[in-house]
Amino acid sequence: MVYENPDGVMIGLEIHVQLNKLATKLFCGCSTDYHTSEPNTHVCPVCMGLPGCLPVLNKRAVEYAIRIGLALNCEIVEQTQFHRKNYYYPDLPKGFQTTQYDYPIVSDGKVVIEGEDGEHVVRIRRAHMEEDPGRLMHMGSIEKSRGTLIDYNRSGMALIEIVSEPDMRSPREARRFLDKLRNILEYLDVFDSTLEGSMRVDANISIGGGDRTEVKNISSHKGAERALLYEIMRQKNIKRRGEKVVMETRHFDEARGVTISMRTKEEEHDYRYFPEPDLVPMRVGSWVEGILETLPELPDARRSRFISDYGMVDTHAKALTSDIRVADFYEEVASQVDPASAAVWVSDVLKGELNYRDLTIASFTVEDMVKIIELVVSGKITEKGAVEIIRNILDEGGSPMDIVKEKGLLKVEGDVVDQAVEEVLRENPQALEDYFAGKEKSLNFLVGQVMKKTRGRADARSVREMMLEEIDKNYR
Amino acid sequence: MITKEQVEHIGWLARVNIDEEDAFEFASELSTVLDYFGQLDEVDTSDVKPTYHVADVMNVFREDKPKDSLEQDDILANAEEIQEGYIKTPKII
Repeated sequence: MVYENPDGVMIGLEIHVQLNKLATKLFCGCSTDYHTSEPNTHVCPVCMGLPGCLPVLNKRAVEYAIRIGLALNCEIVEQTQFHRKNYYYPDLPKGFQTTQYDYPIVSDGKVVIEGEDGEHVVRIRRAHMEEDPGRLMHMGSIEKSRGTLIDYNRSGMALIEIVSEPDMRSPREARRFLDKLRNILEYLDVFDSTLEGSMRVDANISIGGGDRTEVKNISSHKGAERALLYEIMRQKNIKRRGEKVVMETRHFDEARGVTISMRTKEEEHDYRYFPEPDLVPMRVGSWVEGILETLPELPDARRSRFISDYGMVDTHAKALTSDIRVADFYEEVASQVDPASAAVWVSDVLKGELNYRDLTIASFTVEDMVKIIELVVSGKITEKGAVEIIRNILDEGGSPMDIVKEKGLLKVEGDVVDQAVEEVLRENPQALEDYFAGKEKSLNFLVGQVMKKTRGRADARSVREMMLEEIDKNYR
Repeated sequence: MITKEQVEHIGWLARVNIDEEDAFEFASELSTVLDYFGQLDEVDTSDVKPTYHVADVMNVFREDKPKDSLEQDDILANAEEIQEGYIKTPKII
C-alpha cells in the first residue's frame, strides 16, 4: 500500500530541545535547576548581556550536540563557530541571540518513523546549538495583553534546534516524528521531557505545492497535530475560494485550537548575522569517535533486542521501548519473573491502565508488578483479579497482598467451584435446554452465573471446562 | 546612497523612533560613512580567507560545574518596573 497524500501535504518541523540534563547553562555557570525557583534567581551578567561580560562555552553541551547528531545519523562538522542573530526583543536583553549560522554542528541526517504506509524516512537538514531566550508572560491573551512579565531564569539555557526536511505528509506523521525524536533524545540522556517547555515546535506546512505558512508556539505533540489539522483545513478553504495562501508566520492558540496571523516586519536579512567575536571557533571533528563509543543503546536497537532476548512479539517490543522509563521498568520486572508474562502484563495491561488515567510509569512500582505477576503465574489469583489489583493500586493505593485480602481475590478452586457449577446447572434448566438446542451463547451465560456466585474468583476458562464435563456426565 | 526609508527601517529594528527631519540627516551621514568604508572594496581580497577572529585561538571551553548566580534584588535593580520578582515591560506582541 502506498500513501497517496491526496492534499499534497508537506510538513517540515523545527524543534527546539532544551539540554536540561546539563548542570549549567550554555555560556555561563548558572544552574539549570530553576523550574521550582523564584523568577530571576538563576541569572548572571552573561545571561543578561551586561557590558563587559564574557561567555564561555559549556564543553558538555557540545558533546551532547554531537551525541544527538550521531543518533540522528548526521554528519558532524569538522570546525564551527557561533554567530549573533540580531533582534531587539525583551526576551534577550542583550539585543541578539547567540546561535549558529552557516556551519551547524551537525547536518544531513535521517529518522525512520512509522508512516502512513509503513516505514517512512524523515530527513534531518541540520541541528545547531543556540541559547534559549527568557520567558515572557503576557498579562492576558497575546492579542489583548496589558503588559508583559519577564523571567530570565531560562535565558541562556542550551538549546538544540533540529530542522527537518518537509518530509511529513500528514499531521499524524508529524506527531509520530516528534514522539520518536523525544524518545531518542531521552535514550541519549541529554533531555528530560517532563520539564515544562523542554521541547517547543515550529511547523512549516503547505498543501498542493502552494506557499507555506509557519506555525509557532506549539508546546505539545498533541498540539502539533491539532495545529496542523487546523492549518490544512484553513489552507484548503482558501484554495476552494480560488485564493492563494500567503506565506506568513502564524501563532497557535492552544486553548482555542486555531492559528492566528502574526504580522512580522522582520525578514531573514534583518537579523544581520555575524560571527560572535566573544567566542572562539571550535574544532571538534576528533571528538566524534570517542563519543560514538559511549553512545547508549537507542530505541530501535532495544526493540530488536527485546524480541530476541525475551521472545516477545514486535508490538510488545515497540510498546515497551517507546518510552525509556517503561523499557527500564520492564527489564527490571523481567529479571525477576517470566519475561514473556512480564511483556504482556506491562505492555498490554499496565500501560493501558496508565494511559486511561493519564498517568506515567512513575505511578507504579517494579515490586508491585513483580508480586502481581507471581500471584497470577502461581495460580493464586485470576487474571481478572490481577487487573483489579492494578486498578486498585492506581486509584486508591495499597499493596497487592493487602488488596488480595481485602477484596478476597484469592482464586477459589475445587469444591467451591464444583458446587457453584452444580447449583447453576440446577437453577437454570432453560439455559441448559437452549444450549442443547444449539445456542452456544447459553453456555457463556451459565459460566457467567458461576463467576457471579464465586464473585469472580474462579478462573473462567476452567469453569467452562468443568461445566462441559458436568453436562456430559449428568445431563446428557 | 542610503534612503530615508532604510534609516526608518533600521530605527524600527532597534525599536528607536526617528522623526522625519532626523531620518533625512542620518541618511546622508550614513551614506558618507558607507562611502568611506567602500574604499575597502577596492582592495583585491580574492585570495584571502575571511578573518572571523583576530585571536588565533581555538576550543575554549568550561566544565559543566554550577556557579552562584546573582541575587534576585541585584538583577531587578536595573529594571524600571518590577512585579512579584518579574521584570515588567509595556505590552509587547
